[in-house]
Amino acid sequence: MSIDTAPAATALDATSGAATRRDILHRLLMTIVPILAALVIAGCILLAVGVDPLAYYGYVLEKGLFSPLGIQQTLTRMAPLLFLAAGLIVAFRAGMWNLGGDGQFLLGAVTAAASAPALVEILPAWLALFCSFLIAMLVAMIWSLVPALLRAYQGVNEIITTLMMTFLGTSLANVLVKLVFRDPGTTVPQTRTLPVEDRLPRLFETTITSGLLLGLAAIIIVHLVMTRTAFGLKLRIVGANPRAAVHAGLGVPGLTIAVFAISAGLAGLAGAVDIIGVQGNVRADWNPAYGLAVIPAVFLARMNGFAAIGFVFLLSVLSIGGESAARRLGVPNHFTLVLVSIVLIVLALAEYVDHRYHQSRKA
Amino acid sequence: MTGLFSEVFLSALLFGAVTAAIPLLLAGLGEQMSEKAGVLNIGIEGMMLAGAYLGFVGAFYSGSLWLGFLTGAAGGMAVALIMALLCVRIGLNQIVIGIALTLGLEGLTALLHHFQFSRSYPRLPAADATVIPLLSDIPVIGPAFFKHHLIVYLAVALVFAMGYLYRRTQLGLNLQAAGDKPAALDVAGIDVIRTRTIAVLSTGALAGLGGAYLANVGAGLFIPFITNGAGFLGIVLAMLARGRPVWVLFGALLFGVCLSLTTAMQVAGINIPTDVIQMLPFLAVMIMLVLFGRRASLPAALGIPYERGAR
Repeated sequence: MSIDTAPAATALDATSGAATRRDILHRLLMTIVPILAALVIAGCILLAVGVDPLAYYGYVLEKGLFSPLGIQQTLTRMAPLLFLAAGLIVAFRAGMWNLGGDGQFLLGAVTAAASAPALVEILPAWLALFCSFLIAMLVAMIWSLVPALLRAYQGVNEIITTLMMTFLGTSLANVLVKLVFRDPGTTVPQTRTLPVEDRLPRLFETTITSGLLLGLAAIIIVHLVMTRTAFGLKLRIVGANPRAAVHAGLGVPGLTIAVFAISAGLAGLAGAVDIIGVQGNVRADWNPAYGLAVIPAVFLARMNGFAAIGFVFLLSVLSIGGESAARRLGVPNHFTLVLVSIVLIVLALAEYVDHRYHQSRKA
Repeated sequence: MTGLFSEVFLSALLFGAVTAAIPLLLAGLGEQMSEKAGVLNIGIEGMMLAGAYLGFVGAFYSGSLWLGFLTGAAGGMAVALIMALLCVRIGLNQIVIGIALTLGLEGLTALLHHFQFSRSYPRLPAADATVIPLLSDIPVIGPAFFKHHLIVYLAVALVFAMGYLYRRTQLGLNLQAAGDKPAALDVAGIDVIRTRTIAVLSTGALAGLGGAYLANVGAGLFIPFITNGAGFLGIVLAMLARGRPVWVLFGALLFGVCLSLTTAMQVAGINIPTDVIQMLPFLAVMIMLVLFGRRASLPAALGIPYERGAR
């Protein structure tokens, strides 16, 4: 994997504008054509089980993209996914496989759900929400400390440790909901519910959460830090070649811990933004497992923040649209998983074919 | 509470531990083989699910558990074939494809189950056990370890067969080389792609078999998402075992005991959320890593697709 996709055109000649435009057009084509192909393949599966694919996709587009309510839901769904993607971009660019996003997400969500209703009673609403965000972020950061330290000072592979921490975190989140933060007023185990008026404000007259703006800000800031600052360059060097980074005099252990802290902190914020903005509480055994879908999306975006926004939007359209299409047509919602999977595989294949084509043209 | 440490309870607990450990063992052994050959197989959860579904369907319609195991292994292998084509042959990113396969199979098996059985969950008859004479008469241990389906003993035997394969055979060395220095293997005239493909396909078969055991013997039925992270546990086991099949066995048993303990506690009516017990094996392993964690001995070329002539 290259550290960064070099700008396609240097800004020296007058044709650069056209070249950039051609590059963007090419990228768009390379995304849209594979998605269409994936829809055709998934459509064959639908046909095989006796569902009209056109009707299905019609509902997906209508409910996920074109209906006012649907697009609002889609944009709302994007908020936590954007935070998760931002966290993964930092980790992956620095060459660290933080696969523990779901555990960090859930712990962030549970601590935010526990702290927000308590804090709004004693603090002004905006300060209470700010503090809950902060707590969720800190908890997730602390949670990532064990894999970070093990990787930084013992060289223990972080794939194992973060995977284990995510299993641990999922269980711990459940224990916290059932035993510690349980709302005594309900029979089903869940945390206290944050009143709707105290949640993150909605945007204008819509149902879109303002968490969307926070998520967009997070991922753009992460993108700029990784591509435009000395700190980002250091992280990318660690990712490209840790040994070279040591020789260049970088404090690799310290940077490793920083990467884990930022990545996990953003995952914790993802949990908080989902709870404080949308859900209001955490039910026991709630685990949306967003992380698993976001990881491949970030890879396909080549860890580019702006491209990741596009892929997150696509994921949200598919999941929101898929949910309602499934309800209308009597297909289980599981079909969305199949659809997402095929889209991911075909996109990866398309990238390979494109790469091969360019190589053969150069040669 | 009184029955907690009775002989019957204890042997039931250990029996359950073995039953829970076998799918993890098979998945772990499979993952280990892929990792040795340099392929990080994140799609193993999907392979297990394919094995569980097809294994169940095979056994359900044929009435033969063995045919179920066969179809399960074939199902896992079919998914592995996709992985081998995409990640080994043309070198796509192993994490993207692995996760995509897991997501896809989660959805596909749930979907097929829905259209086939709707909301009913038919059960298979209980698997008949192979009782090992004499050994099964030992109190507690006998009923716990020596009254299982024949495939359990075969799975344990496989641990030692794998150990032999890695240490004593040409193929074992080739696999190791494919993970550590694929270019050297290539120079020695052995096809890296082929070696890795063999490893990935074997992984699929083993994971599929594990899934089939989970559905057919462990649960006796198929429900969507039945593996519930067992494949990821297999990845953890394989990485912790550092290339030794025997360690996969120990790890699988440790996790098996904890999984069995969760059910046992529920049966005994002890009022602790099962989540607490589910945390135990991970806590144990994390503490072990913190105390004894040294540089993991993972293959040097793990996760890197091999391209001939590339530097």
